[in-house]
Amino acid sequence: MVKVGLIGAGKMGISHLAILGAHPDAEVVGVCDTSKMVIEALEKYSPFPCFTDYKKMLQQSKPDAVVVAVPTKYHASMVKELLQMGIHVFVEKPFCLRPEEGVELIQLAKSRNLVNQVGYHNKFVGTFEEVKRLLKAGAIGDIYHFMGQAYGPVVIKPKQDTWRSNPEEGGGCLMDYASHVIDLINYLLSPVQSVQSSSLKSIFSKQVDDAVYAMMSLQNGVSGILSVNWSDETHRKMTTSVSINGTKGKIVSDANELKVYFKDAACPAGYSRGWNVKYVTDLTAPVDYYLRGEEYSAQMDHFIKAIQGKVPNEVNSFESAAKTDNAIALIRKAQQ
Amino acid sequence: MKMERILFGDNQFFAVNHISDEKSMAQSIRFKEDAAIIKTLDHAMEAGIQTFMCTTHDRIANICDVIRQQPEKYKDFKIYPCMPYAHKYANAVTELGIMGTIKQYVPGNFFGSLFKGGVAFLSKDFLSIMELLIDAEMKMFKGINTPVIFLQNVVTDLLLGLGMKDILVAFHDYVKKKYNAEAGFITMNMPALLNMLEEGGVKNPIICASINKVGFRMSGGKELYEETLRTRQFRAIAMQVLAGGAVSPKEAIEYVCGLPNIESILFGASSRTNINDTVSLIHKYDQVYTTTP
Repeated sequence: MVKVGLIGAGKMGISHLAILGAHPDAEVVGVCDTSKMVIEALEKYSPFPCFTDYKKMLQQSKPDAVVVAVPTKYHASMVKELLQMGIHVFVEKPFCLRPEEGVELIQLAKSRNLVNQVGYHNKFVGTFEEVKRLLKAGAIGDIYHFMGQAYGPVVIKPKQDTWRSNPEEGGGCLMDYASHVIDLINYLLSPVQSVQSSSLKSIFSKQVDDAVYAMMSLQNGVSGILSVNWSDETHRKMTTSVSINGTKGKIVSDANELKVYFKDAACPAGYSRGWNVKYVTDLTAPVDYYLRGEEYSAQMDHFIKAIQGKVPNEVNSFESAAKTDNAIALIRKAQQ
Repeated sequence: MKMERILFGDNQFFAVNHISDEKSMAQSIRFKEDAAIIKTLDHAMEAGIQTFMCTTHDRIANICDVIRQQPEKYKDFKIYPCMPYAHKYANAVTELGIMGTIKQYVPGNFFGSLFKGGVAFLSKDFLSIMELLIDAEMKMFKGINTPVIFLQNVVTDLLLGLGMKDILVAFHDYVKKKYNAEAGFITMNMPALLNMLEEGGVKNPIICASINKVGFRMSGGKELYEETLRTRQFRAIAMQVLAGGAVSPKEAIEYVCGLPNIESILFGASSRTNINDTVSLIHKYDQVYTTTP
């Protein structure tokens, strides 16, 4: 049994908590949130020990691992404290507000040999995993262009503020939404090296960006476009997609459907010349407990298994998430 | 009260498509006008389906108006509301936080009294918040026959993972008391949910779960689902029988009709042809399996 604590029972925290609560190898030894109401509800109706002070939780519950799902501005200091105590850490995305904060944490986790993971769940989506496999095999030849997109209806009218609408706390479409797409590009193709130009638009928000458009180049020389908008109500929920052009074909994928075009008959097993369509239903491994998507359970299962030493701590390490933080900083800097 | 063998779903009306964002947009365009929804419901009724299982989406309120205006036409028609329309709340939580969302959606009077009583009062009264939210979602169905009221899977499964058995039981008890309706639970974790409901003393619950030949969204595995259907007492509704298109309709329906203890099959379709084809397949395989010893 891995003893797990959770700090921050907001939207993502509650979801992680339910997944951990149902996990056969995890024991939730403590939940902490500053909202009295949330904690009282959990105290009254859930079996988990509850706290409003995370330091108290760490002292009393002595977790082996902690899931951190607090506003981004607290990530760096909290994660550092946990690592110094020898605790394995899963932290929500984005990793840190400033790229330099991440460097120390990567070193610390490494030197203490602690499992470290960031919540970029798209890497556990069957369609994107298949895209990675195809690209690794060089299936569509030399890549020369990509387009990464995400759209959804988060801020669709002028509204009151939360931490997500405060740029100092890690709010805004770039940090919250675009980070997923950037991280996916980093993972599928190559880390972002430079940003030629970018535009961060506020559509309904007063203080933060609601849309991000950017032209970027990757370390492997490939260039492409990022287009993300969380004020787009034509999408019922967040939809993330990538389109990748290569000399031998093209890949278009979202979290549900993978479409691959091959120019000629020399293509991987299970594919043929022309368009191929595969669905996430065929590409997703089943999970023991399902909430909102297999990927959320799969990423938490990966974290638990990495602590148990059953899988290597490779996917979504601090190191990979720091590259995404870096790209976020580059996009901010390149604003026109 | 026995549920009908075939229930008509609403995903197609609200651009819910589990396998294709493109199809989802096409559906959104096709069902832009309420009249298009009514017309499709007519096709379902012509095919003999009298139960519409739908999310408490804002647009369902308009459909309810149409139903109330024509009592003769809809005299045998039933709606099984499924609440809440989760994306409304999920997007609100991202934007407003959990407290902000409650402030926005819990009816005004309650918060007035809430602040008077302070936090201590609030902590005792989570179930009252739940009851007020249920009432808010049920408003649009006034005067319509709603014999079963469902909790959507995102909430059912969240409560399951959090171990909040008492809230699941409270939902069950409240819809019985206030609406004289049976509670239904939609889930992607059927065997685990049944265990929890039974622990909470809910006997023979109505559970709507993803049940299909390829094991899609059947957490715990297809074998465990089949065994649960064989050996346990509950009223199962099979949904996602086509597994998002991964199985051919014929194969999909044959599998589900061959399973024991499935009281109803839920499906949604946009065209008259697809509705009729699915209904005939269900009738055909029901006959095959009831006549085979």
